[in-house]
Amino acid sequence: MIFTGEFLAFMGLALVAIIGGVLLLNLNKVIHMVVALIFTFVAIAGIYVLLSAEFVAAVQILIYSGAITIIMLFGIMLTKHDDESEAKSGKWRKLFLFLGILGFAFAVYIGIYNFNVEQVPTKLHENNTLQIGEALYSKYIIPFELTSVLLLVALVGSIILAKNDKKKEADKE
Amino acid sequence: MSSIPASAFLALALILFCIGLYGALTKKNTVIVLISIELMLNAVNINLVTFSKYGVAPSITGQIFALFAISVAAAEAAVGLAILIALYRNKKTVNIDEVDTMKN
Repeated sequence: MIFTGEFLAFMGLALVAIIGGVLLLNLNKVIHMVVALIFTFVAIAGIYVLLSAEFVAAVQILIYSGAITIIMLFGIMLTKHDDESEAKSGKWRKLFLFLGILGFAFAVYIGIYNFNVEQVPTKLHENNTLQIGEALYSKYIIPFELTSVLLLVALVGSIILAKNDKKKEADKE
Repeated sequence: MSSIPASAFLALALILFCIGLYGALTKKNTVIVLISIELMLNAVNINLVTFSKYGVAPSITGQIFALFAISVAAAEAAVGLAILIALYRNKKTVNIDEVDTMKN
């Protein structure tokens, strides 16, 4: 293994991502967990840059470390957030879950640890956004339009779900 | 050519997926469960982008699938949070093990 700059960048980003995930599991306050996960999301954006997917990296920073984290923080602040989320559930349950996940990870790792296909030179890094735009508007135009419908449905649906129904509550009282 | 083997990216995605799975199955706060699911989706996105570069026939399609997955994940987060807020208004709790009834 040669310690090139790319390799060092990968190791640093992977370390930050995994540390963010471990902090998510180990911190006590709920808000701290969400803020720890921002590190993971930004590091994953860096991983995308290493994989010559610059547009996906920009989208990752915009959507995940911007929108989704903020929406989760809103969700925490609109609900009860002062209690610390420590585990009251049984230790045995956690132990068995940990063992099961460890077994799953081992099984997958056997599948991937010497996965090696011959690297073909790609042109993904040249005009990445242009390539994505051309593919989206020619080959994947129907899924693209369906995605807009899906986002509209999610928008309307979440407003209806979260709307404070004052009239119904007044009827109840 | 890249000096990082594809299995390194796949292993990173596997570790993140396992962290997300453990968090989703053990945490009590529903917001944390939702965000753990987001972490699992992110790990899957890493796999998609990895295979768009390292696959047998590399193409832009993997990145486009990752973009679709990101948009669906964003919609899922919004709807999940709306359900959570409606639930909190009715039951005054966000702990996932206290939500154990299908009755009103």
